[in-house]
Amino acid sequence: MKEYQNFTMNFGPQHPAAHGVLRLILQMEGEVIKNADPHIGLLHRATEKLAESKPYNQTIGYMDRLDYVSMMCNEHAYVLAIEKALEIDIPLRAKYIRVLFDEITRILNHLLWLGAHALDIGAMSVFLYAFREREDLMDCYEAVSGTRMHATYYRPGGVIRDLPSQMPKYEKSSLKDNNEIKNSNYNREGSLLDFIDSFIERFPECVDEYENLLTDNRIWKQRTVGIGVVEPDRAVELGFTGPMLRGSGVNWDLRKMNPYEVYDDLKFDIPIGTKGDCYDRYLVRIEEMRQSIKLIKQCVNWLRENSGPVMIDDAKYAPPDREKMKSEMESLIHHFKIFSEGYCIPKSEVYASVEAPKGEFGVFLISDGANKPYRLKIRAPGFPHLASLNEMSKGHMLSDVVAIIGTQDIVFGEIDR
Amino acid sequence: MEQKILQHLSDYLVKEDNQDIFTCTVESKNIIHVMSTLKYNKDLLFKQLTDICAVDYMQYGQAEWTTTDATSTGYSRGVKSQSHGRIKFSNDIEDERMTNRFCIVYHLLSISNNFRIRIKTHIKSDIPSIPSITSIWDAADWYEREAYDLFGISFDGHPDLRRILTDYGFIGHPFRKDFPLIGNTQVRYDPESKKIIYEPVDIEPRVLVPKVIREK
Repeated sequence: MKEYQNFTMNFGPQHPAAHGVLRLILQMEGEVIKNADPHIGLLHRATEKLAESKPYNQTIGYMDRLDYVSMMCNEHAYVLAIEKALEIDIPLRAKYIRVLFDEITRILNHLLWLGAHALDIGAMSVFLYAFREREDLMDCYEAVSGTRMHATYYRPGGVIRDLPSQMPKYEKSSLKDNNEIKNSNYNREGSLLDFIDSFIERFPECVDEYENLLTDNRIWKQRTVGIGVVEPDRAVELGFTGPMLRGSGVNWDLRKMNPYEVYDDLKFDIPIGTKGDCYDRYLVRIEEMRQSIKLIKQCVNWLRENSGPVMIDDAKYAPPDREKMKSEMESLIHHFKIFSEGYCIPKSEVYASVEAPKGEFGVFLISDGANKPYRLKIRAPGFPHLASLNEMSKGHMLSDVVAIIGTQDIVFGEIDR
Repeated sequence: MEQKILQHLSDYLVKEDNQDIFTCTVESKNIIHVMSTLKYNKDLLFKQLTDICAVDYMQYGQAEWTTTDATSTGYSRGVKSQSHGRIKFSNDIEDERMTNRFCIVYHLLSISNNFRIRIKTHIKSDIPSIPSITSIWDAADWYEREAYDLFGISFDGHPDLRRILTDYGFIGHPFRKDFPLIGNTQVRYDPESKKIIYEPVDIEPRVLVPKVIREK
């Protein structure tokens, strides 16, 4: 009889568990992985090079499309880099709005991660629940920016507009009768902050609901406990950040260690794991959602009590008031300048990073004094995570690769850039 | 912390001023020694490699549009691209800018000291190459592959220097400044031969917003 030894298997790029366009070349010995070689770049759009050909503000929209499930955090790193290079400080209210939306984004990201991860390893219903809650957060995005996903809401100097005083409502349509509309509008009578309030009121129960489905679930534990274990030292060395690093038990979070915006004034805790397996990383992310609610609550309270500008008062970087633009020549000139040529950043090199839901999202910006970046390097958290896939999956079964891809929270928008 | 770094590596590092984080330049031949000291020295412990970024300085400080004469002559409307035009790979441009063209920027993080450092290395040779630091950080593997793919910088001692982001069979290094933004080839399905074919790009490159350099 002929003896078969190692064989090579192709996984993806069109595979529901590949989270987009991951292609894996797996060396298998039976069901056991001997070597995994990820082939990436199928979603490569050369964002960094595109940025080099555009004025600074026109690139903010590209940032949304990097990690397309945590849009505003990407924008945040980019505008922080520009603000650092320009040496400008933004109004306090804008800082609180940014933190508020960073945390909304974190929940948004973790919900998608949770749903997709559970779906990948066999729990269908969590996905549906997670997307139900995501819809409300998308509505928050839509209320401030006009779009559900690719917001372009953060701008160098603040945020483009203040929070709306009226939450948009569902309108009558042929699909919904009056009663249904009344039901869907029940928490949309007040402002956006009221809407967020009602969300954070009911959201902890939703998290409990997911935990009921998964945390003590025998199948869930069989699929995640002891899978993809990474030792703390190893996690640091492999360039892990975010929940991947904290899941291994390293207490490192940029919101605490290098606080940006107003994180040092807010109270929250950093959950860390003990074993560094997929289950620990799951628990860390669940707890992060609960901590995000805490942060959102503090921001909402502050934003209710304090008003003020949300954009710096500098005509070089902030677009002028619409009405002034139509009556004053100065404003018209500034408007024209900002939207045609943009602004120049003095010769500098800056690195700015934020604690994005997936880890450290950094932007390294080199300016040669022009209105476009000379070089923009995006440090995507998923890139080193995926690079370690080989090490994490070696010796595991084929089906565990899916659990490991899920736990890494891979999104190809940011890895391929 | 800065003192400690300079104390251990004063012979190899040149500190750069006016930077947002502590920045030093290193000669590429010393890079292995400097990096391993930064990582393993008990005072420093830069255990995490945050990022490796390659930079092509070919067109640094060159604007596409100067307006000093504008009051007397008026603005010219058509802007000729300086950066992303249709230029072929040119090894024959010989000036200082070309020999000193590439730079590698490393960002390191010391978690135990909560300190970041930026190390810059200029590559001073016609064929860009630099020692690989994969033996020090495994995380460098993909970062170096990316720099090789996009800039054509070879990393000596890298175990598996393949392209990573571009397509299978891609020609050229797309993030070099002399590589056109719109690329060199385009792809389409050819119904006659019933397969995907590659052909030269047929759209003209254009400059939407010219690059302008203004002093404050």
